[in-house]
Amino acid sequence: MNPSKLLSVLLFTGSVFAFSCKEGAKKDPKPIDIQELTKDQPETHGTEIKETDITLGTPLDQAMVSIGKSTYELKCQSCHRLTEEKLVGPGWKGVTQRREPLWIMNMITNVDMMLASDPEAQKLLELCLVRMPNQNLVMEDARKLLEFMRSNDGVK
Amino acid sequence: MKHYHLKSCIPLVIALVGLLWIPGCKPKGTQSAVSGNAASKVYVAPGKYDEFYNFVSGGFSGQMSVYGLPSGRLFRVIPVFSVDPEKGWGYSEETKPMLNTSHGFVPWDDLHHIALSVTGSEHDGRWAFGNANNTPRIARIDLKTFRTAEIIEIPNSAGNHSSPFITENSEYVVAGTRFSVPLGDKLDVPINTYKENFKGTVSFIGVDKTSGDMSIAFQILLPGINFDLARAGKGRSAGWFFFSCYNSEKANTLLEVNASQKDKDFIMAVNWKKAEAYAKAGKGVKKAVTYAHNKYDDAKHSATSTMMNEVLMLDPKDCPDMVYFMPCPKSPHGCDTDPTGEYIVGSGKLAAVIPVFSFAKIEAAIAAKNYDGEYDGIPVLKYEAVLHGEVKKPGLGPLHTEFDDKGNAYTSFFVSSEIVKWNVKTLEVIDRVPTYYSIGHLCVPGGPTKKPWGKYVIAYNKITKDRYLPTGPELTQSAQIYDISGEKMKLLLDFPTIGEPHYAEAIPADLIMKNSRKIFKIEENKNPYAALGDNNAKVERKGNEIHVYMTSIRSHFTPDNIEGVKLGETVYFHVTNLEQDWDVPHGFAVKGANNAELLIMPGETQTLKWTPEKVGVYPMYCTDFCSALHQEMQGYIRVSPGGANVPLTFSTGKTAPAATEKKDTTAKPN
Repeated sequence: MNPSKLLSVLLFTGSVFAFSCKEGAKKDPKPIDIQELTKDQPETHGTEIKETDITLGTPLDQAMVSIGKSTYELKCQSCHRLTEEKLVGPGWKGVTQRREPLWIMNMITNVDMMLASDPEAQKLLELCLVRMPNQNLVMEDARKLLEFMRSNDGVK
Repeated sequence: MKHYHLKSCIPLVIALVGLLWIPGCKPKGTQSAVSGNAASKVYVAPGKYDEFYNFVSGGFSGQMSVYGLPSGRLFRVIPVFSVDPEKGWGYSEETKPMLNTSHGFVPWDDLHHIALSVTGSEHDGRWAFGNANNTPRIARIDLKTFRTAEIIEIPNSAGNHSSPFITENSEYVVAGTRFSVPLGDKLDVPINTYKENFKGTVSFIGVDKTSGDMSIAFQILLPGINFDLARAGKGRSAGWFFFSCYNSEKANTLLEVNASQKDKDFIMAVNWKKAEAYAKAGKGVKKAVTYAHNKYDDAKHSATSTMMNEVLMLDPKDCPDMVYFMPCPKSPHGCDTDPTGEYIVGSGKLAAVIPVFSFAKIEAAIAAKNYDGEYDGIPVLKYEAVLHGEVKKPGLGPLHTEFDDKGNAYTSFFVSSEIVKWNVKTLEVIDRVPTYYSIGHLCVPGGPTKKPWGKYVIAYNKITKDRYLPTGPELTQSAQIYDISGEKMKLLLDFPTIGEPHYAEAIPADLIMKNSRKIFKIEENKNPYAALGDNNAKVERKGNEIHVYMTSIRSHFTPDNIEGVKLGETVYFHVTNLEQDWDVPHGFAVKGANNAELLIMPGETQTLKWTPEKVGVYPMYCTDFCSALHQEMQGYIRVSPGGANVPLTFSTGKTAPAATEKKDTTAKPN
């Protein structure tokens, strides 16, 4: 046995021995992926809304307008006026002419995605400097808000 | 590592490859053997989560702290029995009632022990209970919100140390008095009439299965001794509760000497199922008492305090076969039941052995009336008849015992400053490790349950000395985590803790985190002072009080300009956080307020009371960094002299030229 072979055998012996020193190092049969568990949490983050999810009609659904208005007063009014005046965010007058319904509803339910990917949303952040808060609204809420916005823009 | 490995391996390989393996097999020295891979065992990579939550008592801080294991990182200090200006706890109008007692508002206490709720003697992750040791109380923390949901005061108690341990399905948490005291009408007695006039009690506090609401089901009247710690049985012994007792000498002075005279004190065994039946059968006597019951409502975002005036007392004289004493050497402290419920471990602080009692033998001794006389009318079971065996010469000053999932016990030794691992059945000592220094309680995840998770034991040490950078005379508290997955215990990490930790429990993270609340839904806010939307923001005068209904959202308050407050009036700022996004609280502070800030969670309403004492314009601002324009989240409130003619007005985003006088008591927006 040449010296280098001897060394490698001894190294091997040593590493086996070192392994035998590691008591309790055996792995759990089913390791828990705790990170995975956080995904199942009750907070509503918007699922992306698709074009096909939205149908608009006239005349407006007044029940939806009314619910949309109360949601506006509770969750939006602090930052958005119904006029063209910009407060924290842009005023809502004319918004349904400026933006597509799909864009509006995703902005309401899915701010993080929009700010990450949509150039128009990013431009607004540069202008307003405050990330629009996630107000815990789902697609149905956003649709009613849209109906209220249309009403605010004079749609009958 | 085993020694025979060391001996057989050394001659073979040490010359050439010694350096490769020596770090992993270094024998213990005074530096305590921290093995080479210790760091990787406690390293939780950035953005990754710990495996366990560790709920740690805050001792004389009065709070409960939450750490991650194995990293030892501090996540939260939950305010419980002490005011916390950082969170407005005990300062906001909504939380003040939580600290109300029969002695009035008590801003501090000493939280010693934790009990996590269980179902079938296994952790269910719903609630954590904590005891107030000074002004006797038990608190329930809701593990959805990590906030104190309820505090109940314990009457006929003085020093609620033997608390808040819990039965197998969280039917009851217990509260045994540390100090015996005079009870009932005869309260003003000479202290040296202790033996005639002083009595002890243990209380069983019922816990509602669904809501968790607590109510005192019954108390048991007991001899005037000191109750120290307790544990419920499990499995076949689940209908029993075991309490360690000291001072069977009934000393009322210099207990250090006078309560250490007898060779044996007691572990008290209470058949709580029987006690429950006696209570139902009307064997108890209603006693007039006064105690506070405080509850926090997550919909109203506010607490109420109710004074209660009656408690049901069971006297063992009228309730046979309910209470027994078992002799236990020398002032027992810890009293712990193993995962099977068959073995009860007593730890005499001054004893040279650890006695282990057998539940089967206890049942047999009771059936055979194998008594060693009585103590104040309560049967004393024969020591030898109920003893499974003694762990011989385990160490000095045994205190507490936890269990793993392999039939082993881990006992802390204060005097010899070590953890000793021993086999519950054979009573043989398997391993010992030093702790730095003078360990008190210890914790194995799931250690007090039927299903211990093992893996780690954490030492909560009483003395810190040189373990950390010095910080003057007062040092941080010192906890240490050991790997117990192998036969030998291995020190992995020191981590500092708040207050003085006593007992702690650890629970797998997945049992709790999936239920953790992120926001309060604004639509469900039922606080009578909530401003649900800016249309409801307003300022009202009610007699001598000004009520400001204010909203907050990134990054402004509505209203943020208020005028017309007069000196002599008290202002209530009711601040509603309109945010509905996780981790976006807003704070609120006003100059000169002699209480604290508010910290308002998304969807919540909290109220700060402020009585200005000087005329002027006072700034108010958001204290919790909320957005890029957080620094702009500010406003003013003007305080005029008592006789001034300034109308009450409020606004946001308007620069009004001049306020118009209002006759109405309700101010109008500018």
